Amino acid sequence: MTLFYIALVILAVVIMSVYVSWRAGRLDRLHHRTDGARTGLDLALVRRSSAAYELASSGLLDPATSLLLEDAVRRTKENGKREDVFDRELAESDLTRALRAAFTQPEFRSSLTGNEGAEDLVAGVEAAARQVFLARKFYNDIVARTLEARRRPLVRVFRLAGHAPQPVFFEMDDLPSDE
Amino acid sequence: MRIGIACPYSWDVPGGVQSHIRDLAEALIDKGHDVSVIAPADDDRPLPDYVVPTGAAIPVPYNGSVARLSFGPLSLNRVRRWLRDGNFDVLHAHEPTVPSLSLLACWAASGPIVATVHTAMPKSRVLLATQGVMRSALEKIDGRIAVSEAARTTLVQHLGGDAVLIPNGVATHRYRDADPLPGWPGEGGTIGFLGRMDEPRKGLVVLLRAFEILGAQRPGLRLLIAGPGDPADARAKLPAALRDRVHFLGEVSEEQKVQALHSVDIFCSPNTGGESFGIVTAEAMAAGAAIVASDLEAFRMVLRGGTAGELFRNGDAADLARVAGALLDDPARRAELSVAAMDAVRAYDWSVVAREVLSVYETVVLGRRATVGVAT
Repeated sequence: MTLFYIALVILAVVIMSVYVSWRAGRLDRLHHRTDGARTGLDLALVRRSSAAYELASSGLLDPATSLLLEDAVRRTKENGKREDVFDRELAESDLTRALRAAFTQPEFRSSLTGNEGAEDLVAGVEAAARQVFLARKFYNDIVARTLEARRRPLVRVFRLAGHAPQPVFFEMDDLPSDE
Repeated sequence: MRIGIACPYSWDVPGGVQSHIRDLAEALIDKGHDVSVIAPADDDRPLPDYVVPTGAAIPVPYNGSVARLSFGPLSLNRVRRWLRDGNFDVLHAHEPTVPSLSLLACWAASGPIVATVHTAMPKSRVLLATQGVMRSALEKIDGRIAVSEAARTTLVQHLGGDAVLIPNGVATHRYRDADPLPGWPGEGGTIGFLGRMDEPRKGLVVLLRAFEILGAQRPGLRLLIAGPGDPADARAKLPAALRDRVHFLGEVSEEQKVQALHSVDIFCSPNTGGESFGIVTAEAMAAGAAIVASDLEAFRMVLRGGTAGELFRNGDAADLARVAGALLDDPARRAELSVAAMDAVRAYDWSVVAREVLSVYETVVLGRRATVGVAT
């Protein structure tokens, strides 16, 4: 009889540890996917900056709009190198706002019509901006799921998150220009 | 002369550049010149008739804060039309490194161009200015004016070349007449101070220490302080008995400032350094206040070596108390200083400054037959 109970306990421990390590693996995968999504977001942001810079320095815009965009791009580059997420979010939001202000100026589009190079550059910025919008949505979504998983009692009791740093949301204004 | 002036910032919003342009334009018109100012402004607000509005400015992030500027193809078209219709002898662009109408005007115009730089630029901004669109716009400028030594230094060090230093003028007629604030200066006498309370070089601490001496001797004497900063900090520097004899106005509007200058028996400029001209002191002189100022070189010059206002030893609160006390007891001397100050400040009036600006215009026009047009 005692043997039976011992076997039962061993079985329970085995099942338990399999389950725990499965959960640990799941959390690990979530962390990895967070990193991946973050890399994607970073890439999308850099691409948007480059596209905006290309448009600004094309000589096809009026100089004031060019300078506004160049200034906003420069600030995203400066803050991209820094650790402070908040500064980075602010700089990226400012680029969104500068692009929105530039693109919604009266006659902005009509002044470029017929100039194929210009239309491609504008389309490039818009595509990159859409990609930022999507990449950030996906990143924040996976951060939310990871944070949720980290909050579970089992994860906390067994410290399954290990040394993986707690992921943070990336908050910015990324509403596209064509509202 | 037909003069076209481009303003980068919204005319509806108060600001240093806007009031500079307003005072300069009015001084030039007084001298019989034909002046047109293009500025971002709402068309449906009342405007002086020399202002050509380009529509409301757009709030946009720039240089780490939100600025209200005019840009985009429509603004460029309006600038072009203004240049074409204006047929100016000279274009005067203010703050051409700001992405707004002045930059557009420099870029779109041909012919004689003068530019005034108001603020010192940070290095990153200058780097941006030396490349691309900015470069081609700035290269067209024939004469550069800086309003301060700091602005001139950045311009010269980073962009090369030189700039004429022409400081801001004082629109003395705006300060001459005003009613004092109700209840001021009062029976016991009032000493006034205007400036940032938390900027040590403005010297408020020296004045507070002098008030400690004076206030103890004169039970009715009060202190009237205008300017940004925390009143609690300033109050804490005084003995408890004197604290409720200090009145704080906080940040004041143009009108309130003029009223405040007319509400004091003595205006004190206790600055301990860093003052290149002392615009506030000059404004107080224009209001006819009796001035007591520290003996900085700048004040010594503006106050004509002490004949248009009393000087005390810089940083010396006891000396300030002595000088101010003597002046409080001598209304005749105060009246004398008031007249002398109003006379002395005329040298800094906008009409004088406008003459200097005009000579810059005349120099860039010299030997050129072309007037301002639209670049092709």
